[in-house]
Amino acid sequence: MRIEYTDVLVVGGGLAGLRTAVGAARRRLRVEVLSLVPAKRSHSVAAQGGMQASLGNAFKGMGDNEDVHFGDTVRGSDWGCDQLVARMFAHMAPKAVRELAAWGVPWNRVQRGAHEVVINGERVTLTERDEAHGLITARDFGGTRKWRTCYTADGTGHTMLYALGDRAVAEGIPVRDRSEAVALIHDGGRCQGAVVRDLETGELYAILAAATVIATGGFGRIWGISTNAIINEGMGAAIALETGVARLGNMEAVQFHPTAIVPAGILVTEGCRGDGGLLRDVDGHRFMPDYEPEKAELASRDVVSRRMAEHMRRGKGVKSAAGEHLWLDIAVLGAAHIDHKLREVKDICRHFLGIDPARDWIPVRPTQHYSMGGIRTDHRGESPALRGLFAVGEAACWDLHGFNRLGGNSLAETVVAGMLVGEHVADFVESHAGALQFSPGLARDFVGRERAALEAITARPAPAPGADNVASLRRGMEATMTEHVGLFRNEAGLRTAVATLVDLHARAQRVGIASRHLDANPELVAAYRLPRMLALALCAAQGALERRESRGAHAREDYPARNDRDWLRRTLAWWPVGAATPVLEYEPIRVESMELPPGFRGYGTRNIVEHPATALREAELESIRARLEGAGGAPLQAALLDFRARLPERYRGDNERIADIEEGAPR
Amino acid sequence: MSRRLKISIFRHNPRDPRSVPRLVDYELDERPGMTLFIALNAIRDTQAPDLNFDFVCRAGVCGACAMVIDGRPGLACRTLTSTLPAAFSLYPLPVFRLVADLSVDTGSWMRELAERLQTWVHLDAEPDLDRLEARMEPALAEAVYELDRCIECGCCIAACATAQMREGFVGAVGLVKIARFRLDSADTRDDADFYELVGNDEGIFGCMSLLACNDLCPKELPLQTQLAWLRRKMAGQGVRWLRRG
Repeated sequence: MRIEYTDVLVVGGGLAGLRTAVGAARRRLRVEVLSLVPAKRSHSVAAQGGMQASLGNAFKGMGDNEDVHFGDTVRGSDWGCDQLVARMFAHMAPKAVRELAAWGVPWNRVQRGAHEVVINGERVTLTERDEAHGLITARDFGGTRKWRTCYTADGTGHTMLYALGDRAVAEGIPVRDRSEAVALIHDGGRCQGAVVRDLETGELYAILAAATVIATGGFGRIWGISTNAIINEGMGAAIALETGVARLGNMEAVQFHPTAIVPAGILVTEGCRGDGGLLRDVDGHRFMPDYEPEKAELASRDVVSRRMAEHMRRGKGVKSAAGEHLWLDIAVLGAAHIDHKLREVKDICRHFLGIDPARDWIPVRPTQHYSMGGIRTDHRGESPALRGLFAVGEAACWDLHGFNRLGGNSLAETVVAGMLVGEHVADFVESHAGALQFSPGLARDFVGRERAALEAITARPAPAPGADNVASLRRGMEATMTEHVGLFRNEAGLRTAVATLVDLHARAQRVGIASRHLDANPELVAAYRLPRMLALALCAAQGALERRESRGAHAREDYPARNDRDWLRRTLAWWPVGAATPVLEYEPIRVESMELPPGFRGYGTRNIVEHPATALREAELESIRARLEGAGGAPLQAALLDFRARLPERYRGDNERIADIEEGAPR
Repeated sequence: MSRRLKISIFRHNPRDPRSVPRLVDYELDERPGMTLFIALNAIRDTQAPDLNFDFVCRAGVCGACAMVIDGRPGLACRTLTSTLPAAFSLYPLPVFRLVADLSVDTGSWMRELAERLQTWVHLDAEPDLDRLEARMEPALAEAVYELDRCIECGCCIAACATAQMREGFVGAVGLVKIARFRLDSADTRDDADFYELVGNDEGIFGCMSLLACNDLCPKELPLQTQLAWLRRKMAGQGVRWLRRG
């Protein structure tokens, strides 16, 4: 049996995994990256609209800074995020976008002078500053107070992934594609690497590593229709759950994006609305201002999606053979803008809908899009429960997004988290705690266990006609999640979901397959992944059932209030070995350490059960601000929330902006 | 009225000594808006559970699903069956190593290409991440993006006569990347450096200008003009070297 050794094993070749790998490799560690597909085909490539970073170059970004970005992110999360992480993130995002610029991302740039844009349905002329000419520009996105989303047309994920993919090649980092981590090797307290399956040959082997980093993205494919790529089945989170030690955080926090095309479920970017596109109903009426007069189409994603569903429930949807939908109108932006800035959207419309969005409206409806939850880690990216296990990007819950992620914050998170976690992983490996006495015996045990599990699947009788098979059980899971664990949730539906998923989970562990060979066998792959997907589905459904409040994207029809008093806490799911269902526990999100105490997001009507500590913390913050008035930004920030000391030293510097240069601020 | 489709699919598992390359016919009812992504998954779900093919984004942006569709290389995920005859064939891309059935190994090929052509921005020094980014003309940034849109699907290689005859030919995918970095003001390399990489028969001088790549590129990259431009620049560079002797 093959056993290999490395310092850092990164599972996943998307943006988060690659940036982590580059960071660790630059610290002269041996790094191996596993990927289901060639790294540049990872789902990061499909991100369109852009990444948020408070550069403040564009006219409508003037006055932006880390504080504004932090505040938007916390409000967007409905106060569910970790504010320490949000602070670090807002500080790092400008560095990340600048690093990528140097590595070859051809960010769209500010063009000095007047140009016409569409804002709130009307044509407006903006004049860009001379001194900003040639710097990175930004577009508007939902839930933000400034135009902050940096972009390359609507192919931002593509340019970022190609720049990072090529950077990984430049650094000599090996990427093994068609490779899947099927189990984590651990002794109950320390992760030691992973059992790897070569998806082409079927070979099982072990890679022992001082640090293992999960960067496998989200788990959208447990829903029937999702904007996610086919590969987003959540296997990284699933194998962490199977350790019986690591915790998954907030698995019920799932984002539904307002504008996926019908019926294919392919995303068209929030940039469509950011650039001025409108949502219309069956009568052609622009309905969002009726619900959200201030932000309209550019309210937070969770809000827009719910308003769309509400509007369809009122009979204002467009009936079609593929189900009800609404319209996205970007024709208002004009053909030139679409050809320039929304060309992937145009391509998608042409190929999958047979329409030209410069003339025709796009049929859209809210569709599963993003997993805010994932492997619970601390702000360094490490699992508090299983040492040596790290997670990064969408696969992780460190927890930047809380219960609703802002558009443009996921791309930014991938690279920011990779920059930080790459350093922390390297620190860990170099430290005393990271020293690992590799256990080949343990590796053999784990590989043997996986081999036995695969042989058990191939030994089962092939499914009889009409009996359970992998495809039919999977459809059962997808339908259950779509029907009961969707945009709106309630007790009865969630109870049904949990019971159905428990049953499917048991049946999925007995299902046979028709094709018995181990190499290049998609049926076998689907068979061993299905129970793991069902385990994640159960964590999401059970977490949603227990969380009897509405927060961000988690909307309970029977508990419409955000209940800070009882539910300002993070769900942690874990799975005792051999159990039939996950166990849920909770960790508090402490108001006492918040820089921005819980408040009203400004959508709909205020419906909040206050936390008793909120008023106290507000008073405390006020007195800190009064005491340190005039002391300058740094001491005040340190007193409010001291994030800087927790960053790797190389990333602690202030971010320069044009305004700093104009004012001649010392550097 | 819906058609009954007959899809003849190339089947072979090169690791199985008993496997013989063959075409197998699968029939299914066409539905409105059916893409090859939908059709192939339906065949896998109901008729051929071990049929290998590669889809990732299924939205035409990741490049995983390129195959030879009714004789022409293209992206399967965004090909509507309504654009094809009722009976048609699917083959894996040529040139690339066969994994099984419709699945080929583009990953190793593209990685090797990236290493050989050094397809990354070459910098003199790492940037100071705390400082303002280097400025770039907006039009230049857009021009670089235009060439950066390649998705490494392999269609241009599958369509290229030179690539079929000469192992090691970098093809349009390689040449357009060189054109992209040559254009990028951040890259410190000059034409002499690029000549070292593609100024030979495995590079720009191997191109016979048949330009099937240009006709078949799913992202409609301007390959014809870029290849012609690169040939002139590299020829000029070659002449400069000859003169210098």
